[in-house]
Amino acid sequence: MGRIVFNLAFAATLFLWDVGTAPAKQTWSAEEVRILRSLWIGNLPRLSKDPSNAVGSNPKAAKLGHRLFFDKRFSGNGTIACATCHQPDRRFTDGIPVAKGMGKTTRNSPTIIGTAHSPWFFWDGRTDSQWSQALKPMEARDEQGGARTGYAKIVFTDPSYRKAYEEIFGVMADVSDSERFPPQAAPIDGTASLKAWKDMSAADRKTITGIFVNIGKAIAAYERLIMPGPSRFDEYVDALLKSDNTPGKQILTDAEIAGLRLFINSGKCIQCHNGPLLTNNDFHNTGLPIENKTPKDEGRMQGARAVRNNEFNCLGRYSDAGNKECAELEFIKLEGPDLLGAFKTPTLRNVGLTAPYMHDGQFSTLDEVLSHYNQAPDAPIGITDIVPLTFTPEQLDQLRRFLLTLDSPVNVALEFLSPPNVSASP
Amino acid sequence: MELDLSTTRPSSFKKFIVSVTSSLTPIAINKIHSWEIRVKTPDGRPVNDATITINGGMPMHQHGMPTAPRVTKNLGQGRYLLEGMKFSMTGWWELIVQIDAGSFQDNVTFNLMLR
Repeated sequence: MGRIVFNLAFAATLFLWDVGTAPAKQTWSAEEVRILRSLWIGNLPRLSKDPSNAVGSNPKAAKLGHRLFFDKRFSGNGTIACATCHQPDRRFTDGIPVAKGMGKTTRNSPTIIGTAHSPWFFWDGRTDSQWSQALKPMEARDEQGGARTGYAKIVFTDPSYRKAYEEIFGVMADVSDSERFPPQAAPIDGTASLKAWKDMSAADRKTITGIFVNIGKAIAAYERLIMPGPSRFDEYVDALLKSDNTPGKQILTDAEIAGLRLFINSGKCIQCHNGPLLTNNDFHNTGLPIENKTPKDEGRMQGARAVRNNEFNCLGRYSDAGNKECAELEFIKLEGPDLLGAFKTPTLRNVGLTAPYMHDGQFSTLDEVLSHYNQAPDAPIGITDIVPLTFTPEQLDQLRRFLLTLDSPVNVALEFLSPPNVSASP
Repeated sequence: MELDLSTTRPSSFKKFIVSVTSSLTPIAINKIHSWEIRVKTPDGRPVNDATITINGGMPMHQHGMPTAPRVTKNLGQGRYLLEGMKFSMTGWWELIVQIDAGSFQDNVTFNLMLR
């Protein structure tokens, strides 16, 4: 009896929505509308503070971070900045399969847009804050490839940098003495910088690392501002919610709407690509092909252990968080076969503008991505967590067309999308 | 067959009656939060000093829980605080509670259907 009553009520609801001028294809069930609302950008929560970064919401720190982000002096050879791989006009990606800094890396450059909402960074989640993420490439040999002493010296010797730094973090220690503070010293295994680092006193190493961390925290304050703007998909949902399920104008084409239906229903894409950023920020093995990697890339299996042992994590001495403010790290999963070969679900916002795809940039086009999901081959490492979509070519095309409706401008003041005018800086 | 979604269940060998309550109602995905577990004997007496371990995952998927939740506090009267709970997808999840009360060990599985 209960089921009959439910079905009648459901039929009545559909009937009400079908009365009107909207084409039948545009009507959605109450459950579908609930799902569409959950993916809508209007559902993006207000950004909560990063407890590990006391200056994360400080506008002065964001301004300093903006400058650091684009400054190529913060590299081993003076030619690489954060913006080399995270280019604003490419939605903060670089358009190539794997990042190239001072050398060629092994991973694709992910976007920065909206990442302030994520608990984990890098494809394997080996850091747990934007500031600790920013520090890794700065000393990685194939990325910016410099050393923290050199970076601290740039900030100290450049009057405008030093002024901006001291307004945020207080008086800066004098790091100009190159006997005490050699320009190339960092605790990076397998580099000449390591010996120089070990030769420094413990107190001087602490001073330098404190400055290095503050550089990361300022960059993070800038990155926290970089959010996605509304896409055509959001305009469609916005109209849908305002007009009782009958958008007055054709914001999406019939093919795009058909793709959206596949996305939220039989495609089950929203199992991982959920919420307004279309990612659950979790790690999954999707059976991606391996590009000649030796040893095999274990993904989250290594990333989980790396973040637990990272001195710059939420529970570390350089974090501003209290012990009870690091729940993600405190309850991190370190064991389990599902971690092997698992990589972070990427946002799908701006997916049409951020090729190539996947953690190694394995696929150059969305068609290749969708073909992979349509076939779901066995994983070369670990066990895949996807099953074949078995969609027709027409359905795959509809799905691709829908994905392209997620492209949007970056929601940030225009000045933050290009290098700052340094002469105008304080 | 419909899933039994009850949040109070006898353990597999009927050693305990176990209840679980989420601090988040309804349970939201992608949000770390805590639960409370209550353990009683079949005749209704609280089980006070049990060691409880948690497991779980999605039976229709190849993955377990995204976090490693654990009991962080014995709240007394057979109540235990379970922290670090998180779900990363909608759908059917299992929560497996293993209870070791010294003389008795048993486990119970709860089904959750997240929207």
